[in-house]
Amino acid sequence: MRLSEDWDQLTPDEKYELRFKILMEAEGVEFANKEIEVKYQKTVKRIKDVVELKKPDRVPVIPLMNFYPAKYGGINAKEAMYDYDKLKAAWIKYHKDFEPDTLSSCFLIGSGPLFETLDYKLYNWPGNGTTDNFPYQCVEKEYMKAEEYDLMINDPSGYWMRYYLPRIFGSLAPWQKLAPFTDLVELPFVGAVMVPVGMPDVQEAYKKYLEAGQKAIEWIQAVGEIDGQVMATQGLPSLIAGFSKAPYDTIGDTLRGTRGIMMDMYRHPDKLIEAMEKLAPIMIEMGVRTATMNKSPFVFIPLHKGEDTFLSDDDYAKFYWPTLKSVIKGLIEEGCVPYIFVEGAYNKRLDYLADPDLPKGKIIWTFDKTDMKKAKKYLGNKACIGGNVSSSLLKMSEPEEVREYVRNLIDDVAGDGGYILSNGAALDVAEAENLKAMIETGKEYGKY
Amino acid sequence: MGEKIIEAISEMQEEESIKIVKEMLEDGVAPMNIMAKCKDAMEIVGERYEKGEYFVPQLIMAGEIMTQISDLTKEKIGEEETEEEEKIGKILMGTVNGDIHDIGKGIVNFNLEMNGFEVIDLGVNVAAEKYVEAIKEYSPDVVGMSCLLTIAFDPMKQTVDAINEAGLRDKVKIMIGGAPIDDRICEYTGADGWGENAVEAVTLAKKWVKE
Repeated sequence: MRLSEDWDQLTPDEKYELRFKILMEAEGVEFANKEIEVKYQKTVKRIKDVVELKKPDRVPVIPLMNFYPAKYGGINAKEAMYDYDKLKAAWIKYHKDFEPDTLSSCFLIGSGPLFETLDYKLYNWPGNGTTDNFPYQCVEKEYMKAEEYDLMINDPSGYWMRYYLPRIFGSLAPWQKLAPFTDLVELPFVGAVMVPVGMPDVQEAYKKYLEAGQKAIEWIQAVGEIDGQVMATQGLPSLIAGFSKAPYDTIGDTLRGTRGIMMDMYRHPDKLIEAMEKLAPIMIEMGVRTATMNKSPFVFIPLHKGEDTFLSDDDYAKFYWPTLKSVIKGLIEEGCVPYIFVEGAYNKRLDYLADPDLPKGKIIWTFDKTDMKKAKKYLGNKACIGGNVSSSLLKMSEPEEVREYVRNLIDDVAGDGGYILSNGAALDVAEAENLKAMIETGKEYGKY
Repeated sequence: MGEKIIEAISEMQEEESIKIVKEMLEDGVAPMNIMAKCKDAMEIVGERYEKGEYFVPQLIMAGEIMTQISDLTKEKIGEEETEEEEKIGKILMGTVNGDIHDIGKGIVNFNLEMNGFEVIDLGVNVAAEKYVEAIKEYSPDVVGMSCLLTIAFDPMKQTVDAINEAGLRDKVKIMIGGAPIDDRICEYTGADGWGENAVEAVTLAKKWVKE
């Protein structure tokens, strides 16, 4: 997607600047008043400064939310996924009461009615496999079979349509009968390709597909209204704008499963690597496109299975890092800013993250359990870092304990910029006064 | 060939392992003896995991090789009586109510078994009542609760409370584990201890069964 007439001639730095300019201009957003608009611009500037390792006015406070805003707003996880009015009330209340620096989009919560229409098998969600209080959880299985690597490598989209989607969406199971679109090369083939589409069960699947589209429109209108209102009345940008994944996680999380991918490392290592290399440009394109659509440079990437305790250093170097690095580089070349959440601990991986091939001042790493001093040491003059305030601290301790923890964190790693204050794992549980203590301390004690 | 099979399994050489076992069976080696070698190999795998040389893929692969070998030997064992070795303690394990994650639990189970414990695994999404019933049925020394989600803190606490209410609290030691667990959560749930990883789980369980 070209963002200017001369887009193809622009350098990565120029693309980056243009993406930030678009974010700053926030075209189409009608801010409540001039003050809010100025606040929005100051926040974007503050975040841009820390990305570039410059000293901002103060530490940006960017909590990472999962279902906590629902809990805080007095609704359960099921209501958040099914009742958009309740979702709206909860999300607006969360942002109003806590005043974080960024919008936590309710996009991540997803739509129960949509998933029901599709008969989504890949996740359990409240009312559909988990209890009403519990957020959704992935059901790990070998949705892609070990012997299907070539099918996937040769034609990823076709594989997704004819093999993967029929397995993860019960309503689309008949799609396995469809012919590949690439058959459509000459007149006589058209009839043959359309025959399966006429079969009663395939027709039924398409009806569900169309119905799912309607459900998605209802949902995105609600999401747009909620996010739009928070943005306009509180002047908050969102860092979860574009979305991408590490190819190892793409395969390990929801295609082959943890067990499947780990056996593949022994049984089909070359195929696995080839598949990840095939997916890397697809992950880049997804990140760039979704960021562009949301008028933001930021591409959120949650990292899962390269954690310290999951893989040996050799396996991380061989299987996980190379294609993650390609994705990060590819996004930066398109002017995007990877905003990478590192789940678990990455104390043994920090030298990878400090890779000299990755340009300076173009990434935000937000950590879960990684030692922050160590992260600062490795990444201090390379990339912006943040994270680490644990759910356990936010749920179990007293506000004063949280304040002290945050002050120490700021003393240790805020340095002269290149730092955001954030919690660790995306938040589901916390005491409100503790979260408030974290945010307030960041704003007050985090002044430069 | 005994040493070769130990090396093949502990180095995750799947095809080689299966080939050697087939040869051993053809040569008339007693399945019991083969399984004893396999156990030695798995102990090496366990030790390497504890030392931080092996990680999850190695445990999964070793487990997979073992499953295939035990399928091969099972056919031959037939009437042969398997000699049950002495266990040092009984552990009841599960992922607590609402949470369906089980990779961490699987690793803990593997390490406990390698260290001589009998592990009864109740699976995932285990309700408090199910824990209580299973304690009555199996009389374990230690109850283990696993989670990945932070929202599972309360179900953990509820399970400990249910064990209390059933009058079983002094019959078992309770350990918890999972990515978000720490001292604070341990105290909150009322468990007796927690572990950062599978090795700590084994240390805790060993300490408790000695007491």
